[in-house]
Amino acid sequence: MSIEWETVIGLEIHAQLATRSKIFSGSSTAYGATPNVQANLVDLGYPGVLPVLNREAVRMAVRFGLAIGATIARRSIFARKNYFYPDLPKGYQISQYEQPIVEVGSVEIVLDDGARRIGITRAHLEEDAGKSLHEGLGKQSGIDLNRAGTPLLEIVSEPDLRSAREAIAYMKKIHTLVRYLEICDGNMQEGSFRCDANVSVRHKGRREYGTRCEVKNLNSFRFVERAINYEVARQIELIEGGGSVVQETRLFDSDRNETRPMRSKEEANDYRYFPDPDLLPLALDEAFIEEIRGALPELPDQKAERFSREHGLSRYDAGVLTASREFADFYESVVGMLGGEAKLAANWVMGDLSGFLNRDNLEIGQSPVGAKQLAGLLVRIVDNTISGKIAKEVFEAMWASQSDADRIIESKGLRQITDTSAIEKVIAEVMASNTARLADYRSGKDKLFGFFVGQVMKATGGKANPAQVNELLRKMLAG
Amino acid sequence: MTLTRRDVEGIALLARLEISEQELPVYVGSLSRIVGFIDQLSAAATEGVEPMAHPLENQVQPLRDDQVTEVDHRDRYQGNAPLVAAGLYLVPKVIE
Amino acid sequence: MTAAEIGRGLRAGSFTSVEVTKHFLERINHAGKQLNAFITVTPERAIADAGRADARIARGEGGPLTGVPLAHKDIFCTAGVLTSCGSRMLSNFVAPYDATVVERLAAAGMVMLGKTNMDEFAMGSSNETSWYGPVRNPWDGTKVPGGSSGGSAAAVAARLVPVATGTDTGGSIRQPGALTGLTGFKPTYGRVSRYGMVAFASSLDQAGVLAQSAEDAALVLGAMAGHDARDSTSVVVPVPDYAAGLGRSMKGLRIGVIREFFGEGLEEGTGRAVRAALEGFSAMGATIVELSLPNLPLSVPTYYVVAPAECSSNLSRFDGVRFGHRCKEPRDLLDMYKRSRGEGFGAEVKRRIMTGTYVLSAGYYDAYYLKAQKVRSLINADFKRAFSEVDVLMGPTTPTPAFAIGAKVDDPITMYLNDIYTIGANLAGLPAVSVPCGLVEGLPVGLQIIGPHFAEARLLAAAHSWQLVTDWHRRLPPLFA
Repeated sequence: MSIEWETVIGLEIHAQLATRSKIFSGSSTAYGATPNVQANLVDLGYPGVLPVLNREAVRMAVRFGLAIGATIARRSIFARKNYFYPDLPKGYQISQYEQPIVEVGSVEIVLDDGARRIGITRAHLEEDAGKSLHEGLGKQSGIDLNRAGTPLLEIVSEPDLRSAREAIAYMKKIHTLVRYLEICDGNMQEGSFRCDANVSVRHKGRREYGTRCEVKNLNSFRFVERAINYEVARQIELIEGGGSVVQETRLFDSDRNETRPMRSKEEANDYRYFPDPDLLPLALDEAFIEEIRGALPELPDQKAERFSREHGLSRYDAGVLTASREFADFYESVVGMLGGEAKLAANWVMGDLSGFLNRDNLEIGQSPVGAKQLAGLLVRIVDNTISGKIAKEVFEAMWASQSDADRIIESKGLRQITDTSAIEKVIAEVMASNTARLADYRSGKDKLFGFFVGQVMKATGGKANPAQVNELLRKMLAG
Repeated sequence: MTLTRRDVEGIALLARLEISEQELPVYVGSLSRIVGFIDQLSAAATEGVEPMAHPLENQVQPLRDDQVTEVDHRDRYQGNAPLVAAGLYLVPKVIE
Repeated sequence: MTAAEIGRGLRAGSFTSVEVTKHFLERINHAGKQLNAFITVTPERAIADAGRADARIARGEGGPLTGVPLAHKDIFCTAGVLTSCGSRMLSNFVAPYDATVVERLAAAGMVMLGKTNMDEFAMGSSNETSWYGPVRNPWDGTKVPGGSSGGSAAAVAARLVPVATGTDTGGSIRQPGALTGLTGFKPTYGRVSRYGMVAFASSLDQAGVLAQSAEDAALVLGAMAGHDARDSTSVVVPVPDYAAGLGRSMKGLRIGVIREFFGEGLEEGTGRAVRAALEGFSAMGATIVELSLPNLPLSVPTYYVVAPAECSSNLSRFDGVRFGHRCKEPRDLLDMYKRSRGEGFGAEVKRRIMTGTYVLSAGYYDAYYLKAQKVRSLINADFKRAFSEVDVLMGPTTPTPAFAIGAKVDDPITMYLNDIYTIGANLAGLPAVSVPCGLVEGLPVGLQIIGPHFAEARLLAAAHSWQLVTDWHRRLPPLFA
């Protein structure tokens, strides 16, 4: 009998803060510029230059801290993390070590089987390094320092996560939160949101932690999941085979779907942290913090709770709808214009609309069907102008042509047939053309009801109101 | 307090300084002298004393407005670089 | 002529800046190799700047320093001009920008003649560690001028330039000032911007001036000082008119004499000259009281933990990647780092980088770095207590007059102990000045005056008063009279 294993995961997330300029210099943080055109003397670590702290980076860190219910340090210190690497111009990274700006907080994650609170140990400000390019330069690597000095918020979770699933849920929660707070654009392809996972295993019931490995280079939710699963399996196999886990930093290779040790970090790194003498202690007063607290937007949890309460949505649905602020705003806008019908709106936003967005790889902000247009469609379902089924057809046409629901309904003649006598006429015709089946139905073959419904719908081009068809058909078939 | 050869080799590696075989014993000697000298500090009574990182107490970090104030001076700066190509600073290849 | 006298002469039309500039360039040319005080001389630019200064003066737009020549220690970045910090590492480094100090003195109309020699990266007390060779003391060519601002001191002492900038981290302005008969002024930490001043020990470094007189120091300091948004550690404190305040009376000035500075190790002649100076202040109406600053003897070991720690980190940017020396044909990245830095830095710099790396490393941080920061607090508290009783502290600047070139290079500790009287003021961020107070066997010695934070005006007034009743500061080295 094999012993039960427990997985212990902690995530370190680096969120690039969406400031205009860098954390310690006035260079632009815009993505995608030609190499080294956004690297000034301070970013390049020239002799004699000095750092000056960006107020907006501080505000964004405070905003995050307040949103996770953490204590904001009234006094925090910047420290130098010393190591040599070509993309680190000064030979040290300005970070925070003891006394970070954001102290202990937490977030709630909701999974299918319930909610869990995940602890956040701390969050601190630091500067990003540059980028190394290794391809196409022969025996050289090329260093681009545009990114050097971009502000980062490093968010460290407690080792509270117990599965890859939970890790993804937590990561998504933080991703949603930083976008709600407008402190980070969350663009993982561009590297604005990066994750390192600390993974270890232990026998279930043990209190001590096993040796952990840090897995880096995880820039998508999928990668995080695959990397964690691989790493857990690797460690278990290693231990069960009589070996022991070596504490090391590993890289995730997405092509091979495996983790391997990182060459450059093989030697033990002594970062020799000490308070940066070029920067003074960061002192924040109550007024500064309260001003930020007062300007906090409605947070995802609050919004989901409100949707649940006011719109009668399930927690799960409310959670899906509040995954991004734009998505939630779209949904709420539709509900507002409909004057209610929250469930209908929720179904359409989470269902058809999301489906088409995913298919065409669009964000909600790029949807060819705006909130007003969608509301315009849904109102026609509510007022019985068209059936839900026909509405899908109309929606598809709206998506392709960017036209209004009404215009499409009119031009395609999709109005529902609700005239009782018209439907009765069709039913009568169908009954007359299917006497044998009619006889079978009347002698007890109830299943044939569906056949008659189908025939009526076919004869009316799908436009007959289904509820009325049902009611009238039952009456008329009965005789 | 004397440092060993290994101590000094370790420190030199952390500091990325090449020390030749001939020079090494000289540095072991002088660094040991220096460490012996600074060991005097251990005798000082410092319980309850706050460390002083900056000479001016009560000075706090000023904050800067979030504005882009820099323009591109890449060519001027790269004039100083030992090896540049396509706007990138070149170094011997780094293998991950 | 002093800088102030030159300034007055220029505004009176007695001569032009171009004439004065050419005069000094001649002297530099003549004495250059002998003293090795300069690393770079910028004659064309100087004449051009002098011409512009003359035009300003002619328009009536000149100030007290317009058209007055000066030299900058080669630690200040000067746009378009080699800025070497006395090191092979930066021997090819043409700075792309001006330090704030350079900008401000240029704005005041001063004419830069060149960059002066210095101990490599400001680490030294004798100007013997420079890649460009040692500087000689104009008073005796076999002796050191002091360091690290040895080039600036030698240049002013030999009157190759009327005034020069320097930097002081552990005494690097005051000590060479004392050994060459100059007024060497270090302001309060944060008084002058460090932007563009290549960093050695960030919490200790300050820019200052090597001058012929307190008046000159007051003029130049006034032009250099003031808040700079580019330096987070620079203070927002108004800059008084230092020159206007020089005439303050010394009557009633409470002078504290530091008992710990008159112990063993103070050379007899130096001690006598300093004591005579103290009597001179008594005669001017000051009161003298002996004080004990019991933690002060720990200032040297404290300094030799804090300064190397900070410099080990500050010098990591010199890696051969973006500027500075890179070794030939690096085999791989590690080789590039090790050899570029191994070749680029001299022995003293390497020693300090390694000391700093050691005291910050895992397992040693608490015992050394953290401990030193705590002792620093104790020393600071000693000074604070002293200044609650007295207005200024006085004592010797150095334990001996200038020593022979080569005499102390073998043992780092012996060299470090030269800073025994000066280091305390850096640790506490206090302003301090050294003024000439005698000759011992033909070599100058200095009186050090230390004040509380932002008491520059008080120190300058005291130095000025001393210079009104003595003429040590007017003596010239025999070879350069």
